[in-house]
Formats: sequence, structure tokens, C-alpha cells
Amino acid sequence: MNWLGSIINLDGYGHYLHWHFILVSVANLIVVGLMVITFVAALFLPFPGKGRRKENR
Amino acid sequence: MSKKAFRPDVDAPEYKGGYSPYDIIKEGTIAIVIIGLLTLLLAVFFGSPDEKAITVKAWSNAAPVDFAQTAVEELNGTSGTAGYGAPYNHNATGQQLGPLTLGKWVGVHIPINTVRDFIIAPLESQPSLPGLQSALAQWKGASTSVKNGWVANYTKASNNMSFSNGQLVVNATNSGPVPVLISDLTSMARSGALDQALITGSGYYTTDYTKPLLFLADSDYFPTLAAKQHLTGSQWGMMNETGQYPGQAWLWLYTFWYQVPPFNTSPNADVLIWGMMMLLTAGLLLVPFIPGIRAIPRKTKVYRLIWREHYATHE
Amino acid sequence: MSTTEIDRQWTTRLRKRVEGKLPPEKLLPDTQPAYVASWIYVFGVATLSSLILVIATGTLLAIRGPIWWHQSSIGHFVNSLHLWSVEIFFFSMIIHLWGKFFMGAWRGGRQLTWMTGVVTFVVSIVTGLTGYVSQTNFDSQWISTQAKDGINATGGGAFFNVLNFGQMLMWHIVLLPIAAVILTALHVLMVRVKGVVPPYEDEKKVAQ
Repeated sequence: MNWLGSIINLDGYGHYLHWHFILVSVANLIVVGLMVITFVAALFLPFPGKGRRKENR
Repeated sequence: MSKKAFRPDVDAPEYKGGYSPYDIIKEGTIAIVIIGLLTLLLAVFFGSPDEKAITVKAWSNAAPVDFAQTAVEELNGTSGTAGYGAPYNHNATGQQLGPLTLGKWVGVHIPINTVRDFIIAPLESQPSLPGLQSALAQWKGASTSVKNGWVANYTKASNNMSFSNGQLVVNATNSGPVPVLISDLTSMARSGALDQALITGSGYYTTDYTKPLLFLADSDYFPTLAAKQHLTGSQWGMMNETGQYPGQAWLWLYTFWYQVPPFNTSPNADVLIWGMMMLLTAGLLLVPFIPGIRAIPRKTKVYRLIWREHYATHE
Repeated sequence: MSTTEIDRQWTTRLRKRVEGKLPPEKLLPDTQPAYVASWIYVFGVATLSSLILVIATGTLLAIRGPIWWHQSSIGHFVNSLHLWSVEIFFFSMIIHLWGKFFMGAWRGGRQLTWMTGVVTFVVSIVTGLTGYVSQTNFDSQWISTQAKDGINATGGGAFFNVLNFGQMLMWHIVLLPIAAVILTALHVLMVRVKGVVPPYEDEKKVAQ
């Protein structure tokens, strides 16, 4: 019954980064990093459909 | 808004520009499909963690001496639970927020007497083991000061406790029935009977694991397992997860405070940090009303990026 | 029956009020202001969509009860779906929060919209906690024995016992989801009533 098992196994001890008092798991760092990247991308990437928006005054 | 001065951080200008077609149902449907697919992909690729629960049986078999020493602490009143205070007992004032002893004021609502609940009551539920019934009778018949003397003598000896051939080895003298109680409780734990006795105290059906969890939390074994997974408070553990999975990253600020002075050494860290997080949450809630804070978005001008198309056509 | 009598009825008054505040074209609009043109706007609907998925996957988990997912690979897979939909939910909600902050989205009488959003965020965090302690595994043992200290220090532990699995499960699958859904509904309705916040005045223009 392993056909629903995950393709990448994330069990086992995690990887952690440690600077001074900051200790963060690689997994959390990826999530937080993706959040920041996504936020910045959402601000900068052009939004499609400009032609449909008529800024009539 | 007509006569009053326009407050740029409170009032919004009237929009006189154009409108564009917007299909809210289509947008919602597309969003659900995309996020559903993303969830599916993440679940297929990464799965989810499921580190098995620790039983008292597993604990006492893996670390019988730690179990027995924890039981001694429950008996002599030095365990975390025995000296906790509210809501479990009156044995400590508990944490203080300045002069405020919030936990103590609310009082004892989940009474836990570690001697009775963790040691004597479970042993009483056992079938009559040779020696146990008389040991229990001796314990119950003794005065508090006699009991304290036995426990103190046993506590001293238990520092050099060892475990061999399925038996605790303790060189205790003048300890009355305590050696039998601790030894039988350890056997009971190793058989799995203590797991059951700790949860069935209040009847057949149960969904309440307060007692076995408190007992387990008093051990050295349990936090050592957690520390290996970077889950303890001083390891930013609240945002971490077992294995290599992301955890509750949104708790970063809450767990951050536990890493820095004065909180990392304060006995009142929990209540201080909770108090502060409540204040900060109230601050977030009231951002629209706090001058200075509510001006940040206008002054940082990030909004010019968001509405750059609007400003480009309206300038 | 005179018209005035009908007009005075509670039912009539309520209907008229709702019609006035939230006519169908506001509830389900077919246009939106042209300034709504940024990817940052998708994170609100992304949060809402992932909430729907969180509830759907949680409902699947509820069918066979809280222990099922330890015993069945299908159950474990549904648990994985639940976990990742929750991660996406918080991911989207936090970006939504950042975006709305930088738009000053409380302007123009939208303070309550902001506030219901913040309360929903807090309720979601508590829902997450109760979920973690209802997993019936090592995680829930550890998280509950840790979380109890914080809650006990405030006095709340006497009523909200994170070590009581039954209580936590009830909060996680009944009480808190109801609160989260009601708050989310209020939040979305307020957005529909008030509309999306307009851009700040163009400062160059104001200076002229």
C-alpha cells in the first residue's frame, strides 16, 4: 500500500541553519523566502489585460 | 467628508476613473483549481510527517531509570507538575506579570496530585501483586512526616539507581514501602498498564490525556527526543516540525522572543511574551487608528508600484 | 393590510436594508475599478480558495475519525493534502496582509474590514494550534505539553486545556472553523459593500 507514499521523503532529521541566536530549519527558510519572493514578484510583475482596462475619465 | 480636512491615512479619495470587466466567479474557480493542483502536487511530492506518539510503555522500556527517577520526583514533589501551581495544584505561585499572578487568580481547575494521580491510584488499580497491597497499606497508614522521611531516604539513594535483568537496583535504606511502590510502578509502566491506568481514572470512555502527558513531560527522555528534532522552546521549536517539513512559520515572532534577553532566562517568560504578543496583536488590529503607523504605507510609497498603471494614466 | 404596515415589518426592513447596502451587483460584481491591476490582488482570493480546500480536506479526514490517517495510506495522503492546503492558506494570507498594509486598505471607512481580517488571522493561528495538538502523534504530544505553559501563565489553561485531546479536537473541527468561516464571510461582505480601496491621491497632483 505504498502507492500513495510521497515521492520525496522528508522524514528523518531536518537540516538547520544557525547564526548566533537564530536557528531556522531549511524547510521554514524556504517557505519564508518564497513568501518574500512571491510578494516582491507580485509587486513588480506586469499584470496582464491592460488593454481591457479603460481609464476613462 | 466635504467640509472636514482630508486625512490621507484615514480617508480615501473618491474614484472617478473607469471600470473594467471582472468575472468574480471565474476568478474564484480558477483560483480553487490552481491552488487545488498545487496542494495535490505538494502532497504527492512531499507527503506529511507522522512521528509516532510516545507511550509511557515505550519511555519506561527505553529509559527505565529515567522513568523511575521521574516517578520519584512525582513522589517527592520536585517534578515540574508537582511544583507547577495553577491550574493543576497550589504548590507554586506560578508565573507573574509584574504584580499580576493570573494563573493563581483563576485557580486550580484541573486538580493534579502527583502522588495520588501518578503513583498511588495507578498502583491501586493493579491486581494484587505480592507485596504491593501491604506496601500500599503501609503507605496509607503512615503519617506525613514518616512518608517524607521514607521518600527523602529513597530520593538520596535513587541518584545511583540502575537497571539490570528487568529490575530496578537501588541501594535504599529506611525507605518503608517506597522501593516496592517505585519498582512495581516501573514494572507496570513497562507492561503498558500505566498508560491505561493514567487515562481511565475518570471512567471507561476518555478523550483526556492530561495526566499521561504531564507525567511524560516531567521526564528527561521526552524533551531529549524533542531536542533532536529542534522542537524545544530555546530552539525556535514552536515554528519547527518533525523531519524536514516546514512548520508553523507564522509563529516566528512568538518563538523569537524566547531566544533573546530578558525572556530567555526569565522564569516569567511565558506570561511576559504572551502579554507582549497580545499587545502587538492589538496593535496590528488597531493599525488603522494609530497615527504614524497608519502613515507608513503612504510614506514608503510601495503603493506606487501596486497602482503604477493608475498613476501612469492619471498623471 | 396597508402598505405602511408591510413597510414596518421587521422582515421588510431587514430586506430593504440588505438590498440597500449590498445590492446583487455589489455582491457579485461584473466590473471593477481600473486601478485593480496588480498581482497583489490575487492573494485575497487565493486565501479564500485555500480556506475552502482546508475545510474540504479536513472534512475528508473527519469522515473516518481522528486516528484513521495513521492506519491508512489513503488517510495519510488526505492528511498531506490538509497540511499543504494549510501551508498555502497561511502563505497567501500573510502576503495578502502585507499587500493590504502597503495599500493602506483601511482608508475610506474600511477599518472594520482590516480588523476582521486581523481577527481571522488570529483565529486561524489558534485553529492551527488545535490542529497540531489533535494529530495524535509525537508532534501533538510535544506541542501540547509546551503550549500549556504559555496558556496556563495567562490563566486561560483552566478552561482551554491543550492536553485534553477531545476538547482540542472539538475546537479544531467545530468551534474554530465556524468562527473562521463567519469572520471570513463578514470580511468578504465588507469588501463587497465598501469596494476595493482606491489609490492614494497622486502627490504630484495634490502639490499643484
